Amino acid sequence: MIRFEDVGVRYGSGKDVLRDLTFDIKPASFQFLTGPSGAGKTSLLRLLFLSLQPSRGKITVFGRDADSLSQTDLPGIRRRIGIVFQDFRLLDHLTLYENVALPLRVRGYEESGYRRDVIDLLKWVGLAERVDAFPPILSGGEKQRAAIARALIDQPEVLLADEPTGNLDPSLARRLLRLFVELNRTGTSVVIATHDLDLMDQISARRMVLNEGRMQIYA
Amino acid sequence: MPERKKSDPQQDKVPDGKQPVSDEELLRDRSFHSIVPQDSIAGSALVLVIAIMAFLASLTLSAVVLVNDTARGWQSDIAREVTVQVRPIDGVDITQSVISARQIVGKFSGVEAVSVVADENLQLMLQPWLGSGFDLDQLPVPRLISVRVSRTNPPDYVAMAAELTQKVPGASLDNHRAWLDRLNTMARTTIVVGILVFALMMAATVLTVVFATRGAMAGNRHIIEVLHFVGAERAYIAGQFQKHFLLLGLKGALAGGVLAIIALAFFGAWVRGNEADPSAEQVTAFFGTFSVGLAGYVGTGMLIFFIAMLTAITSRLTVFRHVGTLDQSAVET
Ligand SMILES: Nc1ncnc2c1ncn2[C@@H]1O[C@H](COP(=O)(O)OP(=O)(O)OP(=O)(O)O)[C@@H](O)[C@H]1O
Ligand SMILES: [Mg+2]
Repeated sequence: MIRFEDVGVRYGSGKDVLRDLTFDIKPASFQFLTGPSGAGKTSLLRLLFLSLQPSRGKITVFGRDADSLSQTDLPGIRRRIGIVFQDFRLLDHLTLYENVALPLRVRGYEESGYRRDVIDLLKWVGLAERVDAFPPILSGGEKQRAAIARALIDQPEVLLADEPTGNLDPSLARRLLRLFVELNRTGTSVVIATHDLDLMDQISARRMVLNEGRMQIYA
Repeated sequence: MPERKKSDPQQDKVPDGKQPVSDEELLRDRSFHSIVPQDSIAGSALVLVIAIMAFLASLTLSAVVLVNDTARGWQSDIAREVTVQVRPIDGVDITQSVISARQIVGKFSGVEAVSVVADENLQLMLQPWLGSGFDLDQLPVPRLISVRVSRTNPPDYVAMAAELTQKVPGASLDNHRAWLDRLNTMARTTIVVGILVFALMMAATVLTVVFATRGAMAGNRHIIEVLHFVGAERAYIAGQFQKHFLLLGLKGALAGGVLAIIALAFFGAWVRGNEADPSAEQVTAFFGTFSVGLAGYVGTGMLIFFIAMLTAITSRLTVFRHVGTLDQSAVET
């Protein structure tokens, strides 16, 4: 699905943040991405999402060489990938409902066709009371759940989540993990970047551990 | 419906002690906020600039159209008439000369009517200079023969002039060519200058819109980024900005265009109300009666539409070009 071959990244002329990464994200797989702060988890997710170009190596996404993709190909690829940013990236002037519906809105879908899906998902992440609220007044956890809902709304083939439970209490974190697992059962590949050991211990999944720029994989 | 949404809501309920919101309330109609907020675009300054440009452009175009029309009017008026002038010469009977000149002219093909300007009319024409009550016969005043010619089939002026000078002492032919040429040149220069000025104003408008769009994009960079991440196409992002700029362009152009029509109507009324006034007469001579007319309103309407579209398309293209570079910088880092 997504394939990395000897990929390396450095920012500007600094030292290598990531080195010699070779791995696959297989269809319908579930993996944690972990490592100490500053290990390059966010950078790796950005590579997977094609919002960062590698300094070396080759990335293949959905069978296409990332280098060969043009500007006009990117939207189509990104529609198949859902991403939850560490800093949420919600739009402050839109309500939660609008934020979550945004991916569908930019695809030009009729609102009447997806209204119930959006509301159901918002209920599912426990934000039913917050449907018409604006992000600035929400707690960190609420924003995080909204960001997750936005990533899931169009049922992506790959879900990338950067510290998706960082701001949540353990019970809510478990609940969202269940949501990810369930999503994975319907065929979505899931990559969760986290350093929450408790969370990782709850399910047995592949662990990709970043350290000193290199990756070790524990099945 | 995907499977994940079938999970038991009771079991998943977040214990927060609040009253659950009814489905009816949750599923009610909501109006969407604009993805690019209206107030994030420095609109009022842009509307003002566009209004000024539309106002000046309307006036310029009206002037060009009026000059063009008037010039065409002169051309057809003057082309339909030539004048034979018979100067009095000592010892020659001027009345006889006029009659023979009239006969010579009359036999050319392409001449539709020949009429001698009557003495009373000559007197009237000279009145401003000589006052009334002078005797035309006592003064060396030339007599005039007005000749109406066919516009499609004009007579042979060279032959006519030659025959006149040869057979009638003191006669000469004036087909107003020199005048016509000079007027035409002047009118054409005015039109060219007007169109140049118009083009410059449109160029300034386009540049202003480019800057305003870039400003709006810089101010909404985070929105553009999120739109990219959720898979929006470039055209969709451009459309979000274009919507606002179309409205701004329409507002500005409408204000400027309406003001221009009012100004033209006002000016026209002034000219008509001061017909005796020599300065108004000059204006009339060059610009005609200055009536805006239906064509003027339709033209201004089209100009308003044109400027609004120009604004929208310019902002669209600007976003198109600029969005590429934004994305690039996000990619390279
Ligand atoms: N845009 C950038 N320009 C320069 N250096 C960067 C940039 N983004 C990240 N880095 C550097 O790359 C390294 C990896 O950062 P990254 O954000 O990928 O780490 P992380 O594993 O996500 O950390 P955390 O767990 O704290 O989120 C860090 O040293 C960081 O300073
Ligand atoms: Mg990070």
